[in-house]
Amino acid sequence: MAYSDKVIDHFNNPRNMGSFKKDEEGVGTGMVGAPECGDVMKLQIKVQNDTIVDAKFKTFGCGSAIASSSLATEWLKGKTVEEAQKIKNTDIVQELNLPPVKIHCSVLAEDAIKAALADYQKKSDGVLTDAK
Amino acid sequence: MKLPIFLDNHSTTPMDPRVLETMLPYFVEKFGNAASRNHAFGWAAEEAVENARKQIAKLIKADPKEIVFTSGATESDNLAIKGVVEMYKEKGDHIITSSTEHRAVLDTVKVLEGKGKATATYLPVDKFGMVSPEDVRKAITEKTILISVMLANNEIGTINPVKAIGKIAKEKGILFHCDATQGVGKIPVDVQEMGIDLMSFSAHKIYGPKGVGALYVRKKNPRVRITAQMDGGGHERGMRSGTLPVPLIVGFGKACELCEQEMVKDAARLIAMRDRLETSIMKDLEESYLNGHPTNRLPGNLNISFAYVEGESLLMGMKDIALSSGSACTSATLEPSYVLRALGVGTDLAHSSIRFGLGRFNTDDEIDYTIKKVIEIVTKLREMSPLYEMAKEGVDLKSVQWAAH
Repeated sequence: MAYSDKVIDHFNNPRNMGSFKKDEEGVGTGMVGAPECGDVMKLQIKVQNDTIVDAKFKTFGCGSAIASSSLATEWLKGKTVEEAQKIKNTDIVQELNLPPVKIHCSVLAEDAIKAALADYQKKSDGVLTDAK
Repeated sequence: MKLPIFLDNHSTTPMDPRVLETMLPYFVEKFGNAASRNHAFGWAAEEAVENARKQIAKLIKADPKEIVFTSGATESDNLAIKGVVEMYKEKGDHIITSSTEHRAVLDTVKVLEGKGKATATYLPVDKFGMVSPEDVRKAITEKTILISVMLANNEIGTINPVKAIGKIAKEKGILFHCDATQGVGKIPVDVQEMGIDLMSFSAHKIYGPKGVGALYVRKKNPRVRITAQMDGGGHERGMRSGTLPVPLIVGFGKACELCEQEMVKDAARLIAMRDRLETSIMKDLEESYLNGHPTNRLPGNLNISFAYVEGESLLMGMKDIALSSGSACTSATLEPSYVLRALGVGTDLAHSSIRFGLGRFNTDDEIDYTIKKVIEIVTKLREMSPLYEMAKEGVDLKSVQWAAH
């Protein structure tokens, strides 16, 4: 399969590859996919004052899956939690020029974003509830 | 050393320059139709074809008259299986085959099943990918007319106990077809000793041209008959009509002759290179697993799963080395390798498999380069893998509730 230059660039030079400590304050973690399906994405965000100040990923999967998650971390940084909710898999498809057979990689990346945001919200809700 | 490196010799092989040289006169100068019986052009073509037939038959210990030319092994498999099912339909309709056969066999059998022309038993294989002769014996019914088991597997290189299966087939009076595409020219093949009645193989896997193959059809003990699947001028003793591609056949013959002369030397060289590739990679990379039989496999074959990394990304990271993977992402069906699954390899490890296929023209330098690249890319991708991270933290990946998608 021929990859787009952008996929190759993200694959060769992944952005924000790595991990935060899961229990660190303001960190939300999303892990989606399954080893049996051939892809697992872990996406993490670090939120301060409702803004995502940092993001990291680790991905087991094909080149397009790695590129989708790498791109997602780039897009997440600097966005508010609300803005991040609006990232769509179709944006990723378009940016990376993914062929139809690789669309599921972008879906997985969107799921990972949503899961990370939900985890962050759950954790911060917990903090608020405790405060009450 | 030139890049990219070709390490995908199970898919096809580069043509040996000596083969090309033998073919060249048969395009422009000696272009005759081998079926033209009345002039010198035809005679020259016929002579060349018959010479090639001898070279091919010699490699597999057959009689030249038992060689039927086809377009390749896929056609040979189709002709053998469909041809037998049609010819012997009065006798029965049951086929015994194995779950790790090439798609050319499996799909042909499935099509016959779908049309109600045949019933089939798909034998399982052991963890090394081998068919058990006893399983073959147990699967035989009164309706069994054909056993089709491959000589060596195209993904894992495992060599089947063909001789023992041939013996059972003979004992029970059932025809035995063997898809020997990966084995012919690489390991000794003797259709007499192995008890094979029909055998498919092709030129482009043994440093010959693409577009030509053969079906060996036994002439005596028993005399095998098949119904033609291509009708026309009655070429190839009526079994496969169509003008013979003389240059391709000449090349096929030469390729077989070279294999016969150089097999021992080639195999020893390939085994030494393959073993070095295997031990060097596995010594440096923990949790890499060999797929297939540790010893009883093709000289040039090496299939390894690298836990926690996905096959397609491995290939992408080694763009200057031509390899293949059992990962779903590299297949048209989006399913991981059915061969590895049949061995009992977990889906996760099937996604992580790489097939190395060494051939006549690979060099030690290329192997050194490959060892270095594989270790580099697996290490890099494991750093990137959440599964590797979890495993390092002591998480049992099997106990995790994954959200399958």
